[in-house]
Amino acid sequence: MNRRVKAAPYLFLTPAIVLFTLFLAVPIGYTVYLSMRRVKVSGLGLGKGARQEIFVGLDNLAAAVTDGELWAGWLRVLGYGALVLVVMLGLALLFALLLDSAHVRLARFSRIAIFLPYAVPGVAATLLWGFLYLPSLSPFGLGFLSASAVTFSMANIAVWGGVGFNMLVLYTTLRAIPRELYEAARIDGATETQIALRVKIPILVPAIILTTVFSVIATIQVFTEPTTLRPLTNAISSTWSPLMKVYRDAFVTGDLYSAAATSIVIAAVSLVLSFGFLRVVRGHAFGEES
Amino acid sequence: MTRRLAPTGLLLLGAIYCLFPVSWVLVAATKSPAELFTTSTLTPGTGLLSNIEELFAYREGVFWLWMANTLLYAGGGALLSTAVSAVSGFALAKYRFPGRNAIFNLLIGGILVPAVVLAIPQYLLFSRVGLADTYWAVLLPQILHPYSIYLARIYATAAIPDSLLEAGRLDGAGEWRLMSRVAIPLMVPGMVTIFLFQFVAIWNNFLLPFIMLGDDGKFPLTVGLYTLLAAGANQPTLYNLILTGALLSIVPLIALFLTMQRYWRTDLSSGAVK
Repeated sequence: MNRRVKAAPYLFLTPAIVLFTLFLAVPIGYTVYLSMRRVKVSGLGLGKGARQEIFVGLDNLAAAVTDGELWAGWLRVLGYGALVLVVMLGLALLFALLLDSAHVRLARFSRIAIFLPYAVPGVAATLLWGFLYLPSLSPFGLGFLSASAVTFSMANIAVWGGVGFNMLVLYTTLRAIPRELYEAARIDGATETQIALRVKIPILVPAIILTTVFSVIATIQVFTEPTTLRPLTNAISSTWSPLMKVYRDAFVTGDLYSAAATSIVIAAVSLVLSFGFLRVVRGHAFGEES
Repeated sequence: MTRRLAPTGLLLLGAIYCLFPVSWVLVAATKSPAELFTTSTLTPGTGLLSNIEELFAYREGVFWLWMANTLLYAGGGALLSTAVSAVSGFALAKYRFPGRNAIFNLLIGGILVPAVVLAIPQYLLFSRVGLADTYWAVLLPQILHPYSIYLARIYATAAIPDSLLEAGRLDGAGEWRLMSRVAIPLMVPGMVTIFLFQFVAIWNNFLLPFIMLGDDGKFPLTVGLYTLLAAGANQPTLYNLILTGALLSIVPLIALFLTMQRYWRTDLSSGAVK
C-alpha cells in the first residue's frame, strides 16, 4: 500500500473524531471538572473576589449519592421503568412473532399502524394522551392524572410510543432467518407455538438484549414526558425523575456543580446497567464483525 | 379458523391502540373551542380551518417559524449526520489501519453516554464561545451519531466488494474518488435508512433545544408546543390551538413515514445481501 492509501482512512474519519472530541469528550471532561467544584461566598458575597470557585473533590458526588430527593426520583423511575420495559418489550415481542407467523391476516396494516407512533414526537404524544386523560375531555372517565395513577398513565405513553420501534427491530431480525429452519422443525412435528418458543425466541435473544439496553438508557433519562405532562397535573413534581432534578438544579436554582455531579451519577447508573446487560451477551450485540 | 382469528385479533387490537390517539386528535382538531367540550368525543366539529388560521396567527405567526426551524434542524442535521456516518462507516469497514478497532470502540462507546451528561456542559461551552441560543447550538451536537456509524459500517462491509476497490486502484483512481464515486453510490439505500432515522430523532428531540434556546423564534415544534401547553394548560380557550398544533406537528412525519415505508429497516445487513 502506498502512503496515500494509508492516510485515507484517517482523513475519512477526521470529521467523526473532531465531532466526538468537541461534543462528547470535552463536555464529559468539563462535567467531571464542574462536579468537583463549588462556589464559595465569602463575607456578604459582594465585591470582587467575594464569590470564588473552589475545588471540593468528591463532595458534590457524595451529596448527590445521598440526596433523598434524588433517591425518591430513582424509585419513581424504577417503578415506571420496570412497567415500561416489561409491557413494551413483551408486546413488541408478541407482535413481532405474530407478524412473522404464517397464520395472520392484515399483517401489513397492523405493522404500519403499530409502528406509526414512532413518528409522533414525545411532546406531541404526551399532549395527545394528556388531553385524553384530562377529565373535561376524556372519553374514558376520570382519575388518570391523580397521584396514584400518574405513573401508570405515563408508562402507557412510553409503551405506546416505543412498542412499534422495538417490534420492528425484532421483526426484521426474524425476517432474516432462513425459512428452511422452520420447515425442518415442522417436519419434526413442531407446532407454530413450539417453533416460536424453541426456535425463534432463542435466535432473537441478542436483538432483545439490544432493545433492552436502549430502553433502559432511555428510561433512566426520562424527561420529555413528565415535563410535558406537568402543566396538566400537580401529581408530578419538578424533581419527578433524576434528569428533571438535574434540569432544575442547573437552570432554575442555578447550582451547576451539583447538577454536574447528579448527571455523573445518572451516567454511572446507565453505564453499569448497560454493561451489565452487554456482558451477558458479549460479542452478540456489538462488534460482532470486528 | 381460530388458529387464524386469535393472532389476527391480537394484532388488530394493537393497531387500534396505536391508532386511537392519532385519530382522536384528528377529530379533536376539527372542533371549535365550544364544540370541544360539548360534542361527543368522536364527532367531527366545524372549526378545523379557523383553528389552523388562529394557530398561524398566534403571536404573529410564530408557529410558522417553529415549523421552518424544525425542518432546518431535522433536514440539515440528518443530512450532515448521514454524510459523516457513511464516510466513517466506509473507512472502518474497508481499510485495515493501526487504531481501527480503538477508534471504532471509542465512537461506539458514545452510544452509551446519556444525553444528560452532555447537555449541561455543551450548553456552558456553547455560551462561552457565544453560540448558545443560536441555530448552531441545536444543529452541531446532533451530527455525530455513533449508532449510525455502526450501521453504516455494517452496510459498507456487505455492500462494497473489495474487488471493486482493488480494480479502481489498479485503474489509478485516488482514495477520495473511490469513496465518492464507488463506495457512496453503493451505500445509498443504507444511507436513506440512516437519514430517515436521524430525521425523526432530531424532529422529536426536546431536551437539547429546550436547554440551548431561549429565544422562541428559534424553537423547533417540540419546544414550541411545550410552551404553548405551559401557557395554555389552565386556559381551555387555548386547548383547540394546542390540539391543532399537535396534529400539524405529526402530519409531516407520518406523511414521510408512509411514503418511505420500504426504507424503514433497522437491520441494514439484510438490505445488502440481495
